[in-house]
Amino acid sequence: MLTTVNEPIPNPLQSQPDFAIPPDLEAEIDELITHYPVRRSASMMVLHAIQERFGWLSQEAIEWTARKLELQPINIYELVTFYPMFRQHPMGRYQIKVCRTLSCALRGAHGLYRHFCEKLGLDPSKHGPQTTKDGRFSIEFVECLAACGTAPVLMVNDDLHENVTAEKADQILEDCR
Amino acid sequence: MPSEYRLILKHADEPGYTPDIDCYLRHGGYETLKKALSLPPKELPDGRTMSGPEQIREEVKISGLRGRGGAGFSCGLKWSFVDRKSGKPIYLICNADESEPGTFKDRQIIHKDPHQLLEGMIIACYANDVHLAYIYIRGEMPQGAKLLNKALQEARERNVLGKNILGSGYDLEIYVHRGAGAYICGEETGLIESLEGKRAYPRIKPPYFPAVLGLYMCPTIVNNVETLCNIKHIVAMGGAEFARLGTPRNTGTRVVSLSGHVKRPGYYEIEVGKVTIGELIYDPAFGGGLPDGRKLKAVIPGGSSAKVFKAGEKFKLKRQVEGKEVEQEVDMLDLPYDFDSLIQAGSMSGSSAIIVLDDSTDIVEALANISEFYAHESCGQCTPCREGSLWMAKALHRLTHGEGRAQDADYLIRIADNIPGGRTICAFGEACSWPVQSFVAKFKDEFIAKGAADEERRAKAAAQKAEPAAAATTS
Repeated sequence: MLTTVNEPIPNPLQSQPDFAIPPDLEAEIDELITHYPVRRSASMMVLHAIQERFGWLSQEAIEWTARKLELQPINIYELVTFYPMFRQHPMGRYQIKVCRTLSCALRGAHGLYRHFCEKLGLDPSKHGPQTTKDGRFSIEFVECLAACGTAPVLMVNDDLHENVTAEKADQILEDCR
Repeated sequence: MPSEYRLILKHADEPGYTPDIDCYLRHGGYETLKKALSLPPKELPDGRTMSGPEQIREEVKISGLRGRGGAGFSCGLKWSFVDRKSGKPIYLICNADESEPGTFKDRQIIHKDPHQLLEGMIIACYANDVHLAYIYIRGEMPQGAKLLNKALQEARERNVLGKNILGSGYDLEIYVHRGAGAYICGEETGLIESLEGKRAYPRIKPPYFPAVLGLYMCPTIVNNVETLCNIKHIVAMGGAEFARLGTPRNTGTRVVSLSGHVKRPGYYEIEVGKVTIGELIYDPAFGGGLPDGRKLKAVIPGGSSAKVFKAGEKFKLKRQVEGKEVEQEVDMLDLPYDFDSLIQAGSMSGSSAIIVLDDSTDIVEALANISEFYAHESCGQCTPCREGSLWMAKALHRLTHGEGRAQDADYLIRIADNIPGGRTICAFGEACSWPVQSFVAKFKDEFIAKGAADEERRAKAAAQKAEPAAAATTS
């Protein structure tokens, strides 16, 4: 016998009730759309622009993008889940991405990651991004950042840091405080 | 004495060389573009005339340039496949999604000499009648994207880009498109899907050859950053002169990314085939050898998907000696670093990224690291790749976390053998299984020993657990 499920399927997307696109951002997005003969092509660039402003992509952001590009929300949601750089939840103010791939691993990426986690009071064995309680730092292991000659490397927001030692790591954290 | 030969990175590291257009113009920048745009039609002996763009395409064919992204396919041939009679617009995309682990050459070009890329790209677009082009740069290079946008703006202001370029009547617009962290976007049809605003699911070929049915189902050329830079130099020096660099069938220069256990990791530009793998690792002009007291264990010669070479491995190479083809036995370190020798040795130069592993490396850990990468990056479209890459990573995870089994080595090979060979839409299937096949085949004893040690330890622990219980029942 089939049982009926009465509970609604939980929405995987986080809501951001006060979401509003400021006029300057909308102008930037309108300009981005002109780069492509097909509106849908602008999806990723629009998501980047919104994420750069808000730090993450909420349900409202995804729905807004879909309306803007004359698409269904699923067309945007599927991008947000496919591409690792898009965030579905708010992240720390400083996002530390430590490269874990081979060349960096050979030169101490795992030790570096543990060092950061200890300093920030986070669990190095946990999978995926973690954020400190004060919302200041997020840290995660990421795949190759294409700077293998200066391994180990990491990114703090948009900036690449190379040949990172424990001392350098402490300095990076210090500079972000 | 082997040494660097800098063509692409000629100015990149000169003191005072900046990525802005004024500096580029001071160093003779955009002169080649002027030359390309003003090529007069050429009369051929058979009475036909060859237009300027056709002449450039011919020079690229003569140059023997092979793609620098990974496959090493002839660039001239790739361009010749473009459907020019469809009446649809032709697009060109610069693949700047540098994401093969070990590779960091395109980053240098984009950060240090972005106008060289633009000049090569504009010439390539002119040669192929392209009026709209994109640079697909990986999401993890936000600074690179900013630099390119600035360079494009400068180029528009100086009219080397935009409407009626330098008064030639030729229009071209180039835009930067950012990826968002997916390795599969480096595959050209995946890249096209991504540029269309979709998930980067590679397309099946046939029928979706980009040269015929690419971006928006129009003919499309996808070329790597370094390949496009080479176009500028081919037009500047002529295809025949370019072909004199490097070795026959392996012409020009390549920027080699050297990483791992060497004293001087970094990028080195060499004439293709003029320097051996051993020289790249040991010569003071290049890697400068392994850390003191360490011995070589293995070399991954062309990005993490290339099949690994074991130290001391020997290969039979077919070589031309005084016009005759002879077979020579060559040590792994004496392999000339080019496309064909490495293919003959069963691997590839791929994206020209060498990762050196010394004797301190746990080879099982190294493979586990690579496999985790591929399991994370499989797009999930084809079952053998999605499941296979995941199960290989799982087996390697247990081998590196004390849960291994002696038969895991065979198990890994069995999975790896069932992924590639036309069972998947794109070459990712090959890319994820080649490292597993080669690592396990060449270091099988280490895989078996690790698994067997885990089994023994578990058996002992189980016996210890059982003993007190047995003692309790007998008393």
